[in-house]
Amino acid sequence: MSDIAIHINGISKQYHIGKMEKYKTLRDTLVDVVASPVRRIGSVLGGRAASKKGESIWALRDISFDVKKGEVIGIIGRNGAGKSTLLKILSRITEPTEGFAEIRGRVGSLLEVGTGFHPELTGRENIYLNGAILGMNRVEIERKFDEIVSFAEVETFIDTPVKHYSSGMYLRLAFAVAAHLEPEILIVDEVLAVGDARFQKKCISKMKDVGQKGRTVLFVSHNMPAILRLCQRVILLEEGVITADEHPQQVVRKYLSAGTNTPALREWPDPKKAPGKDIARLRAVRVCTEGGRVTDQIDIREPFSVEMEYEVLKGGFVLMPHYFFWNEDEICIFGSLDIDPAWQGTPRPAGRYVSAVQIPGNLLAEGTIYVNAALNTMNPFKAQFWEKSAVAFQVIENSGGDTARGEYTGKVGGAIRPLLNWSTKYSPSENKERISAL
Amino acid sequence: MADGITENIPGREFPIIRIAPSKGWVSLRLRELYEYRELLYFLIWRDIKVRYKQTVLGAAWAIIQPFFTMLVFSLFFGRLAKVPSDGIPYPIFSYAALVPWMFFSHGILLASNSLVGHANLIKKVYFPRLSMPMAAVLSGVVDFVLAFFLLLGMMFFFGTYPTINVIWLPFFLLLAFITCLGVSLWLSAMNVQFRDIRYTIPFITQFWMFATPIAYPSSLLSEPWKTLYGLNPMAGVVEGFRWALLGTKTAPGPIIIVSSMAAVLLLLGGAMYFRRMEKTFADIV
Repeated sequence: MSDIAIHINGISKQYHIGKMEKYKTLRDTLVDVVASPVRRIGSVLGGRAASKKGESIWALRDISFDVKKGEVIGIIGRNGAGKSTLLKILSRITEPTEGFAEIRGRVGSLLEVGTGFHPELTGRENIYLNGAILGMNRVEIERKFDEIVSFAEVETFIDTPVKHYSSGMYLRLAFAVAAHLEPEILIVDEVLAVGDARFQKKCISKMKDVGQKGRTVLFVSHNMPAILRLCQRVILLEEGVITADEHPQQVVRKYLSAGTNTPALREWPDPKKAPGKDIARLRAVRVCTEGGRVTDQIDIREPFSVEMEYEVLKGGFVLMPHYFFWNEDEICIFGSLDIDPAWQGTPRPAGRYVSAVQIPGNLLAEGTIYVNAALNTMNPFKAQFWEKSAVAFQVIENSGGDTARGEYTGKVGGAIRPLLNWSTKYSPSENKERISAL
Repeated sequence: MADGITENIPGREFPIIRIAPSKGWVSLRLRELYEYRELLYFLIWRDIKVRYKQTVLGAAWAIIQPFFTMLVFSLFFGRLAKVPSDGIPYPIFSYAALVPWMFFSHGILLASNSLVGHANLIKKVYFPRLSMPMAAVLSGVVDFVLAFFLLLGMMFFFGTYPTINVIWLPFFLLLAFITCLGVSLWLSAMNVQFRDIRYTIPFITQFWMFATPIAYPSSLLSEPWKTLYGLNPMAGVVEGFRWALLGTKTAPGPIIIVSSMAAVLLLLGGAMYFRRMEKTFADIV
């Protein structure tokens, strides 16, 4: 059992929320004025919350799982799913209503950077204060002091009150203190959501560092690429209940597909209800791997194809099937029109067709991609069907070093991410040559 | 990154922390408070550092407040109302009481707002919550020391010299601390749920001041009322201070014993109530 760092057994947390009360008469109010202090004082002394009569909600319901030592676990879920409540219970900020947890080792929680900074104190003083609040002792802080300061890049201002800091400096210093906390178990909530890209990069590489040092990390984030890159296991919380607990890719896929509601395969079995007009009707759209397997998850390096299956009801028209690819930011990444030489300018007889487009690997950036599938007649130029977001899929990028991001683990912008050739020319500086010549 | 001492050494076992809903009255967990003593130290240090930042008069405020109160008291009670002062010059008589009193009343004021004032900290980080009001009360010791130096100056000026009883002074300061912390624990924990407390504190301290023999001596009362007066622990503190420093004639023995017991009960009750409410702080603050 000693390789278990966190053992969680049936944890539930109930919150009482005050109910909206109806309008009261003046008499009611007066009665309340007299009666409620008495009632309230009674409940104060009894240690009960005053709003017991109000409605209650279960923020967490019967949560159980174990975390092994050195495991980096991601916790994902929509806002209000109970992620933060779970972390608050594990960092002992609030108590569970039911169940128990056992934690082996010192817990450091990074729930919000900069908590406990005092604006009137200098950077130096705040490092000590914040370190102490986060659970470091003075020897530990002294040992790491220089490292913290250089990590935060605030050397020049270390003896200036932090109220004169820019918000960037403030954030960097706050993160630096928290990042140098070295507990056996680190709990991180959404720190990656703040700061600029450079800061996020620093944050992610620091987190990776912590994970590689054999410490246990619990990581809550909405940043799916970060979750995929950092975690060995992911737990999905939905309305206070664990709905998935397995390999990151499966869980992230489940989470994202629940959000988009757009599958990688769409079929219209009933021809009457299928999109289309009198000449052609769409019957199915699929995202397939090279091997022809339907998938909603594409490795960024792998080529794949999108196919549409349609029925030409009335022959004798030149048809132009085409696709448009959109990303989550609603940016149209590219469109692709059928250029199959066999059918260029050739009227198609009635029948079943499958038009597929092959998309090379190392083209799209990671994220969710939505595909519009459409078909036109060329003469007259008229749309037969135009199915917006017919299918969707995830482009997943793992940090293997062989993708366009190389060893970098932070956020990379852009709608596409081609793997390009790079070359470097190096010429040693002349000064140095002279020095070495001496 | 430099390797920390907490590096995962194979085979090293860590103590197990158990997280479970607490039932009924919970233990005070004083050991944990001791483990977090450095945090307490830093909180006190911060409170002291920050207290008089951006003020013109700075630490002089620690002296100005009791000193001017003493002037007003001397004029109205001493000179005009001719309140007896156990044969001691009235200014010293009242100032010697105002020094511990100001420590007490400022302590209550700061400590009762300490949890609410650090709501973001309480919602984000775990630490023994007891250290918050404790630090607020203890940081007042600096003000106390400053005001105390002025008291020594005044004693020199009026030619009043302390007797051997002065060795008891730390005990009376401790008694003032216990009383202050006890009251603060009650008020700070209640303040989390009921912000009414914030508005009652000026009343509480004002009433309490007149219920304490600051402007008048407790010798105005006869026994057994004088001893019962000790149920207000600050009465014991104030009389103790006068006896230790100014050498008032009789040792205030019975009143001190009653006061000490009252103060300890107040502190124990406050600590238990605080610990019982502690689990709800993060949710309702």
